[in-house]
Amino acid sequence: MSIVQTPITKRMTFGETGLLIVFSLFAFFAVVVAAKAHTSAYAFHAFVFAAASVAAVFAIGNRYMDRDAVLPPQTIDGKPNYNMGPVKVGTLLAVFWGIAGFLVGVIIALQLAFPLLNFDLPWTSFGRLRPLHTSAVIFAFGGNVLIATSFYVVQRTSQARLAGDLAPWFVIWGYNLFIVIAGTGYLLGITQGKEYAEPEWYSDLFLTIVWVTYFLVFLVTVLKRKEPHIYVANWFYFAFILTIAVLHLGNNATIPVSVFSPKSYILWSGVQDAMVQWWYGHNAVGFFLTAGFLALMYYFIPKRANRPVYSYRLSIVHFWALIFLYIWAGPHHLHYTALPDWAQTLGMTFSIMLWMPSWGGMINGLMTLSGAWDKLRTDPVIRMMVVSVAFYGMSTFEGPLMSVKAVNSLSHYTEWGIGHVHSGALGWVAYISFGAIYCLVPWLWNKREMYSMKAINWHFWISTLGIVLYICAMWVAGILQGLMWRAYTSLGFLEYSFIETVEAMHPLYVIRALGGILFLIGALIMAWNVIMTIRSPETVAETTGAALAPAE
Amino acid sequence: MRDIYMFFASFAQTWGLMLFFLGFVGVIVYAFWPSKKMQKNFDEAAQIPLKED
Repeated sequence: MSIVQTPITKRMTFGETGLLIVFSLFAFFAVVVAAKAHTSAYAFHAFVFAAASVAAVFAIGNRYMDRDAVLPPQTIDGKPNYNMGPVKVGTLLAVFWGIAGFLVGVIIALQLAFPLLNFDLPWTSFGRLRPLHTSAVIFAFGGNVLIATSFYVVQRTSQARLAGDLAPWFVIWGYNLFIVIAGTGYLLGITQGKEYAEPEWYSDLFLTIVWVTYFLVFLVTVLKRKEPHIYVANWFYFAFILTIAVLHLGNNATIPVSVFSPKSYILWSGVQDAMVQWWYGHNAVGFFLTAGFLALMYYFIPKRANRPVYSYRLSIVHFWALIFLYIWAGPHHLHYTALPDWAQTLGMTFSIMLWMPSWGGMINGLMTLSGAWDKLRTDPVIRMMVVSVAFYGMSTFEGPLMSVKAVNSLSHYTEWGIGHVHSGALGWVAYISFGAIYCLVPWLWNKREMYSMKAINWHFWISTLGIVLYICAMWVAGILQGLMWRAYTSLGFLEYSFIETVEAMHPLYVIRALGGILFLIGALIMAWNVIMTIRSPETVAETTGAALAPAE
Repeated sequence: MRDIYMFFASFAQTWGLMLFFLGFVGVIVYAFWPSKKMQKNFDEAAQIPLKED
């Protein structure tokens, strides 16, 4: 019996045609906006959007020319045909942005120690570079790690190919375009002036479109899963994506002055605005930097240690306790302000309650290694991730402590806050990300291991020394600063003028900058290791690729 | 404006609070319910990352 094969004619999909039209029209619209823009910085951004739209048109066109008549199948020989392209791009972009962000961090640390380095130029002043640093490390580095790992983890734990054809690529490139718009905006002086929510209305709108697409890609992939259960890491990713969407929309309810102006005004004002901002700000910490990266903890530590998570029941309680408690903790950023007293106390109380789930989660992560503690000595990747969980425990202990009003009266507005944030950011977020990158790169590029395990060891020790220098310097600086500000003479005058407190900080600022430099060196070693791994000719003969032993 | 505020505030401070609290208690009960079947489900779910495919 012969099978007659009718040749399939190649047609553009609905998505391809639709996006070609949308991007073409948008490029035209962006050029019009650029021509009529009120400020030159805004005109520049409109041109960037136009150029990106044209690039997207070419990319979609080229991809159509090169691809087969049929789209890649969902499964090959009954096994899921994973879509790892966007994961690879996201991982490499994370490494790139990490180094960029750490470098800007080092620069601004040196600026605080040696103000001359501001160069008296508006674009290189501390005030503009500081949001560049925070956004680069949190949203560019952290965001790409979260998007890349979530696309990896959701496919592997659902045994299903990533949903969408162009959608995952739009998420990756769209998100990174948002980063470029946001970052260049800060340097040119476009900002809403709200911490972690600096981008103006048009970048916010664009991010909303990218984020909704991200949510849909993730949701549909979970919906078509072969696995009956939704693994706990996916719950954490869901909470991260959904809550960030709500926070972003809530804190950016602004009305632009004109479509040709970058400036906008928020619907509410005064203390309401402050409260919404810190509801946003604190939950960005809670759901971006905590829930998102806990998803990494719940996938990569068990996977790397080859042991299931210590207690799955505890992981469920960890998840829901975070969800129920975190959202109320924001007011602790506004102690002793015009915010009503009851709201401040509410924020403090919920922060203290957060000790419980945070430590439950930390114990769950650490105890996953019980019976395999020798891996701490032999596997530097495990060591990095375990130290990161320890830092998670430490900084989530410190945070509630600092939210207590009496402690806050000493710690607020001082370097202690900066120290706290960095024990969480460098110790917890960056280390779990490095661990995940060291796991992912060999898996994605079909290598047995990273190119050099020795280099991972060096990365670990150099950057750990950097973190210790950084946070110790900031603790001392913060408490010194706090005590100097509140010191009175016997006559009731302030004992120190402000400039004296600044002078006292100088040696500690230098130590902090040194810590940052060490951390940056560690990341550069990682980048070299990643490049060498990808370029090394040795490949694992398709064992981690498409053809593998069947899933039980 | 004040009426709207009072309406939401009084709901949040009574039934809203109860709803959240009971929801959380429900989660704890669900997570620690001593049943063989649930334990099996949780054990299966915990194995998901370790599967090779």
